[in-house]
Amino acid sequence: MRTYELIIVGAGPAGITAGIYAARKGMDFITLTGDIGGRTLFSWDMENYVGYQFVTGKELVDKVKDHIKEFNMDIRENEQVREILKNQKNFRLTTSKGEYEAKTVIIATGREPKTLNVKGEDKFQNKGITYCATCDAPLFRDKSVAVVGGGNSGKHAVLQLARIAKKTYLIEIKKDLTGDSVVVEKIKNLDNVEILTETQIVEIYGDLLVKGIKIKRGEEIQSLDVEGIFVEMGFVPKSGIINFIDKNKDGEIIVDCKNQTSYPGIFAAGDVTNVFAKQVIISCGEGAKAGLSAFEYINYV
Amino acid sequence: MKKVIIYSTSACPYCRMAKDFFNEIKIEFINYDVGIDKEKLDEMVKKSSQIGVPVIDIEGEIIIGFDKEKIKTALEV
Repeated sequence: MRTYELIIVGAGPAGITAGIYAARKGMDFITLTGDIGGRTLFSWDMENYVGYQFVTGKELVDKVKDHIKEFNMDIRENEQVREILKNQKNFRLTTSKGEYEAKTVIIATGREPKTLNVKGEDKFQNKGITYCATCDAPLFRDKSVAVVGGGNSGKHAVLQLARIAKKTYLIEIKKDLTGDSVVVEKIKNLDNVEILTETQIVEIYGDLLVKGIKIKRGEEIQSLDVEGIFVEMGFVPKSGIINFIDKNKDGEIIVDCKNQTSYPGIFAAGDVTNVFAKQVIISCGEGAKAGLSAFEYINYV
Repeated sequence: MKKVIIYSTSACPYCRMAKDFFNEIKIEFINYDVGIDKEKLDEMVKKSSQIGVPVIDIEGEIIIGFDKEKIKTALEV
């Protein structure tokens, strides 16, 4: 089996930037990923990405694709890494399509939406339950829907749905809605939105498609007729593919300022790590550092 | 050439990726914006037994989500 100097796992902002740096350093590497762009594709608009006054995630990813064409990088899409194991001095990566070996690995797998973990969630996946308000909100025109999670993404889903749906319930487990007070006020003033705080979703029911949910408020269980459920409870890091490195209590991979993990030769960058602030621009910088660190490790360690 | 239909919404990233992919491999397709077209939304739900975009219909073969490999197989490209 061929041993690469580096394998990058993931091709969001961190993985791509790591790849650009590795390519410029002339490293022998490949990138294994589900898609190019990652969660950035789901970003609506960015007004704080340097060099752009305004850019959408999709536009930025298109630019990135043009950029990487110049480097002739070997990016294997639709190839998710399932497991990373130690193999003597190297690392063995198992994917949906085969096995690979590398001297160093950069983990840039990002994060994914948190799931509800309630009865009916598996059964009604894509049958009314969605984790992408941007994609699926327009499908619920004139219907009743529930948004679960009162954080920023939940509140933005509510603002979007209020213009489309007949009725939107915002379900939040905590006592109050937190975050941007301007947005909170805006939501409170919407006639077709009902905010249910200190409320927990306990079951999703229906036949072929979702018909409603059971919610718990205090000791009382009640039913709500909704056809759409938008899960907006934040994110979890996709760090489950590796078990021999240190992670924090949230499952984020712990890295130092050079993006080294607790195990030599394994680097990590971007949203999957404990880096402060999950932002595209930060992930790019982190990816750059990880690429340089991997190069340094190959040459000097 | 096989008849390709995509059911999509305007802002959905995977829908755009699918359309970009069809353009890239020079496959013509019919696009229905199911965020606007209620009739086509019902048709999509009926065909795919689910509500989520994109749904791609390649001469009767229904593909849910953007799955490049499945699309390639269905198109025989």
